[in-house]
Amino acid sequence: MAEYVQHEHDVLIIGAGGAGLRAAVEASAAGVRVAVISKSLLGKAHTVMAEGGIAAAMGNVDDRDDWRVHFSDTMRGGQYLNNWRMAELHAKEAPACVRELEAWGALFDRTKDGRILQRNFGGHRYPRLAHVGDRTGLEMIRTLQDHGIHLGLDVFMEHTIIMLLKDDDRVVGAFGYDRERGRFHVFRAKAVVLATGGIGRAYKITSNSWEYTGDGHSLAYHAGAALMDMEFVQFHPTGMIWPPSVRGILVTEGVRGEGGVLRNRNGERFMFKDIPPLYAGQTANSEEEGWRYTQGDKDARRPPELLTRDHVARCIRQEVREGRGSPHGGVFLDIAWIKAKVPDAQERIKKKLPSMYHQFKQLADIDITQEPMEVGPTTHYVMGGVRVDADSQMSDIPGLFAAGECAAGLHGANRLGGNSLSDLLVFGKRAGEYAAKFAKETSLGRLNTKNLESAERSALRLFENDGSENPYTVQHTLQDVMQELVGIVRQEQEMRQALERIQELRAASERVSVDGNREYNSGWHTALDLRNLLTVSEIVTLSALERKESRGAHFRDDFPVKDGQSSTFNIVVRKGVNGEMQFIREPIPPVRADLRQIIEEMK
Amino acid sequence: MATATFRIWRGEKGRGGFQDYTTEIASGMVVLDAVHQIQAEQAGDLSVRWNCKAGKCGSCSAEINGMPKLMCMTRLNALPLDKPVTVEPMKAFPHIKDLVTDVAWNYLVKKRIPKFKPRPPDAPDGTWRIAQQDVDRVQEFRKCIECYLCQDVCHVLREHHMQDQFIGPRFLVYAAALEMHPLDVGDRLADLRKQFGIGLCNITKCCTKVCPENITITDNAIIPLKERVVGRFFDPLSKLFRIFGHGEN
Repeated sequence: MAEYVQHEHDVLIIGAGGAGLRAAVEASAAGVRVAVISKSLLGKAHTVMAEGGIAAAMGNVDDRDDWRVHFSDTMRGGQYLNNWRMAELHAKEAPACVRELEAWGALFDRTKDGRILQRNFGGHRYPRLAHVGDRTGLEMIRTLQDHGIHLGLDVFMEHTIIMLLKDDDRVVGAFGYDRERGRFHVFRAKAVVLATGGIGRAYKITSNSWEYTGDGHSLAYHAGAALMDMEFVQFHPTGMIWPPSVRGILVTEGVRGEGGVLRNRNGERFMFKDIPPLYAGQTANSEEEGWRYTQGDKDARRPPELLTRDHVARCIRQEVREGRGSPHGGVFLDIAWIKAKVPDAQERIKKKLPSMYHQFKQLADIDITQEPMEVGPTTHYVMGGVRVDADSQMSDIPGLFAAGECAAGLHGANRLGGNSLSDLLVFGKRAGEYAAKFAKETSLGRLNTKNLESAERSALRLFENDGSENPYTVQHTLQDVMQELVGIVRQEQEMRQALERIQELRAASERVSVDGNREYNSGWHTALDLRNLLTVSEIVTLSALERKESRGAHFRDDFPVKDGQSSTFNIVVRKGVNGEMQFIREPIPPVRADLRQIIEEMK
Repeated sequence: MATATFRIWRGEKGRGGFQDYTTEIASGMVVLDAVHQIQAEQAGDLSVRWNCKAGKCGSCSAEINGMPKLMCMTRLNALPLDKPVTVEPMKAFPHIKDLVTDVAWNYLVKKRIPKFKPRPPDAPDGTWRIAQQDVDRVQEFRKCIECYLCQDVCHVLREHHMQDQFIGPRFLVYAAALEMHPLDVGDRLADLRKQFGIGLCNITKCCTKVCPENITITDNAIIPLKERVVGRFFDPLSKLFRIFGHGEN
């Protein structure tokens, strides 16, 4: 085994976004040796792209807010498939996590009396998102990064993990390569935390960067852990659509939180046409009331633009399909219209949405203070992931933890905007704490050398293939298939077709060949990531076939309504003994009585 | 369909040369799109860093037609396409491969800067009260996406290779963000003067010109820090005070 670079730590954290870094800080504080694996450079993870804010019921702007309201908003947004214990912990612990960031140097926008300012966001009853302009994610990741580098963490930048290592039932480390030289590394650890983010690269139109190829999902699945809720992929309603090269880049929900409205080509506020019964009582019934809400009128209800993302994305799709879309196949998102309402509109927009202003000006020649943006849905987030214990974030494999986007449970069928950054903090912290605890109570496990060698051979084989398939082409084809056949609106026949295509692509992925050598070879890395993308794409499709109803982010044309029976289970997948995907409908445990009462009271 | 030619630097560890690639271009394209297209169609092993593709992560720094820029924010319609567009790696850092350089030094520098140290909380619940205008004052510095383009053009680093004596504009901005943070009570002036080498900056403002976030690096961060250093160490009164008063170095 001499040819592998070896490392030994107590806790190994795979992923260096918000969840990974928060876990690292916590584990390190517990006094164990921590390694962090970062697929890119430190500080570049997708967290940096988060714009709107961190949801936490601090009640700084509206003192009617508290954890109970946040809890019930999260459950309602998730259509009650959420792990209610996670939703409870999240709502209770998020405020302290935000304050902790401030103590580490994060600077949020302020209220008049100097406290942390909070803004409106979709599905949140009260202004709840702690933010700094529209670059909250940057503030968060930089704070965690700058705090973390003084804690003695070993950070492995530009390393990618391709396999988890097991000793009998427990996880004892991970195997991967460094991008720069293409050497293989063995990371031995007593506990491993997955914090790898999402699967957005399975789709053509996405806000996600190259990194989000479902690595954690796939690693956990192949190691034998259960994944849950994988049919729920969030399409953010507002991505850029024009020019083509920017398609998919996120336009923050904060635009709507600050008073931005959606219109079709006829200038109609189409969101008023279809308000889901679950939200009827909380939604404004006039444009005037909606405007007052965004300006902080506590007696007003929120405008329909701030309904949940699943619903807004589907409404946009419908406008486009029925011929009322914008010239490039989206709808108009207008913040410039507030000129008619406030005297300092231009400054206000630039102040509250600086990076949106910058982004449209530079990439699309649009001045958002003067004219509307064209937007359409973009793949943004996966609610599904590794099934974990709510309190400890441990999966069903001893020693394997997961936090953030690659874990399932908190968001159920649909995530509320702003609940992701808070998720990363609350459950990153918990995963770090419990992983450190686990590590302290155990010793390093044994390594299975044969597995390492076969993983290495399988990775290197791509250099010997004959050149019949190009990794980029296979990836692009897969993205087209998922976009077209397993997208916002799904039906059985199309998904069956998708499965056939995925099988063909899987075969093609094994014939993929790469040029050049092992040093910083993007083609090779793309080919290796493709394996994970194919695994998660198949799991998403099969889970989506299994859920024969429409709920949250999962919409079936052939089963367009919510089915009462289906609210009682999550779809869980595991790898069977013969390598087959085994799906089960796992009953959701009854909601604890006190929490059930909160849900009832808040209805 | 229209095409354009990209003259991309290929090679490893500083050895190599330019190679021309002609590829189709479409409306709205940025340089990074063209590089990706070339990677997918003609040069599978072409190395390039990128992440967000929206000017928010600072990964895709390169020198385009000799100008340090983010590839994701450089639109083709802003470049003359009648001749090849040159794309090269940043010059101030050790080369790894193609467009990728070794920026690890920057991470080591940051670690040396004394970290954020808040004053005691203002309220019994452990929170602080901060005025929005005090937040606004440092927001400019906190926008930094760590693309290191300012480090790339700084002649103290690029031409004089004084990495061991000078932390560069990025970290002067970082130090300014800490020094002017409304809660911070740390003191980095002695370090700035000595081991961080603030005196080596002679205010040519090259860094400010290339900043994709439009941070006024020299005027708003470096000069005020220089003034503080001068005020502390070279003002005759405070010098006396230092000798006979507190012995801060």
